[in-house]
Amino acid sequence: MMQSIKAKNSAINTVVYAFLIIGVVIMVVPYVWMLVTSFKPQAEIQSYPPSFIVKNPTIEPYRDLFTLIPMARYLFNSIFVATAVTLGNLFFCSLAGYAFAKHRFFGRDKLFFLIIASLMLPWQVNLIPGFVLIKKFGWLNSYNALIIPKLAGAFGIFLCRQFIISVPSDLIDAAKIDGCGEFKIYRLIILPLIKPVLATLAIFTFMQQWCDFIWPLIVIHSSDMRTVPLALSVLSGQFSTNFGMVMAGAVVATLPMLVVFIAFQKYFMKGIAMTGLKA
Amino acid sequence: MRKKNLLTELNEMKMSYLFILPAIGLFLVFIIVPIFFSFFLSFTKYNVFQAPQWIGLGNYKQILMHDERFWKTMRNTLFYVVGVVPIGVTLALILAIAVDQKIRAKNFFKTMFFLPTVTSIVAVSVIWKWMLAGEKYGLINNFLMKFGIQPIDWLMSVQWTLPSIMIMDIWRGIGYNMLLFLAGLQTIPKVMYEAADIDGAGTWDKFWNVTLPLLRPTMVFVGIMAFIVSFQMFDQVYIMTGGESGIGGVLDCALTGVPYLYDEGFSKFRMGYASALAYIIFGCIMVVTLANMRFLKTKVKY
Repeated sequence: MMQSIKAKNSAINTVVYAFLIIGVVIMVVPYVWMLVTSFKPQAEIQSYPPSFIVKNPTIEPYRDLFTLIPMARYLFNSIFVATAVTLGNLFFCSLAGYAFAKHRFFGRDKLFFLIIASLMLPWQVNLIPGFVLIKKFGWLNSYNALIIPKLAGAFGIFLCRQFIISVPSDLIDAAKIDGCGEFKIYRLIILPLIKPVLATLAIFTFMQQWCDFIWPLIVIHSSDMRTVPLALSVLSGQFSTNFGMVMAGAVVATLPMLVVFIAFQKYFMKGIAMTGLKA
Repeated sequence: MRKKNLLTELNEMKMSYLFILPAIGLFLVFIIVPIFFSFFLSFTKYNVFQAPQWIGLGNYKQILMHDERFWKTMRNTLFYVVGVVPIGVTLALILAIAVDQKIRAKNFFKTMFFLPTVTSIVAVSVIWKWMLAGEKYGLINNFLMKFGIQPIDWLMSVQWTLPSIMIMDIWRGIGYNMLLFLAGLQTIPKVMYEAADIDGAGTWDKFWNVTLPLLRPTMVFVGIMAFIVSFQMFDQVYIMTGGESGIGGVLDCALTGVPYLYDEGFSKFRMGYASALAYIIFGCIMVVTLANMRFLKTKVKY
């Protein structure tokens, strides 16, 4: 009896492993194909049948990528914009979140309701007026257009407020009695206590900015201001015959996020469980 | 004493406003004002270079009654949802249950399935475009040929462009949905399974009568999210159909809402019309969300 159950269990386990391993292969093949192609000389890319083995590996696609187009500049643009937006969100959202969670002021609840309500709005409603606004400000083709509108978000404010509300008020009152100013309380008490939520917010903001495509597409028209996804899109149109180079571009666009993900996996998974956020 | 209290209170309020000022200012200027501005624009004819010209409900009438392209996007979106949601949800559920078993390397599997979620859609689309290359040179066609299937002209043919995007999106979304199902599985009390064991239920009975009904809220959530996202998708359509055939592919075979909005607004500079489109898409999403709320309210009975 016991043995038959054991046998049945191990049979089920085998099926589960087989299923998962096939799944993993399907998930990984596109990435492997991207990497393999990015190291192939042109002749091998066009040879038949397609092969996962590179006979004469070359870094030529990467050289093309950084010499035929200013890829280094695009990388800088993406890193600069994503970093600036992330820092802005961390600071402004936590500051506002603290006020919404622990201060009393006129109009607080109404404003907060407005913020939550705006979370339900689909973003594409903002595309046209956003573009018009940026054009009116004279910010087209500038870092301003990419950074300033994204410096604070409703989601970040909401997230920080929900987290800060569970910080005991006694702690804050005690600090006040000791003569701490409001900003000092924020810096010395609130910030250290909400590190986990800040980590989550930082990772998601950075990733969102790194991957963002439609906003740069709309406000950036000059070639030197492109971000990496925008450059990749142009690349796949203009150099559609040089597939090694396009795949090298895809590697450059993909790799930094994969590294961040694997390093901070805990925060990713927790963040999604916590918020149901779509990355 | 009282005066001092009032003073500190006023001072505190000043600090509060100072704290929320940057965030709220940005929020008002870049979210709230544009929403109203866009609503106003949707009643006008506007090409950015000349002042908007009021035409009342003209745009909405045109879109809903005479715009063949708009209805094409709606049919495409529906086709996409009907294909992607059931297959994606089923696969993700099976995967979640498999990962939830007592197996080794659980985290490894989770990580692998999650990779596409942290890859930009643009990069994923570019990679898939290469894998779906036509004739026998494409990786996928080459694989299919081993089973005697003729090469398919994936992204160049009217009938396969949208399915190509759908296949890619099922692949892309599976890890994220699996994670939601895994979270859902953790909420099912162990007692339920123990009770089922006492009643002599088999593995299949337990799945069908305990797991599945109790996962219904998660399923509805996953399905609805997929629905909303499909109304809003843009990057993959732009990358996979752009180029010679124009955004949306041959004969608009893969044109959906936001790419159409982009085409009207930023290729043809019909910004008023595009704003009206945006609000109609918004309306569709609202309807789906509200229907979802009603659906979720009906409690699971057991």
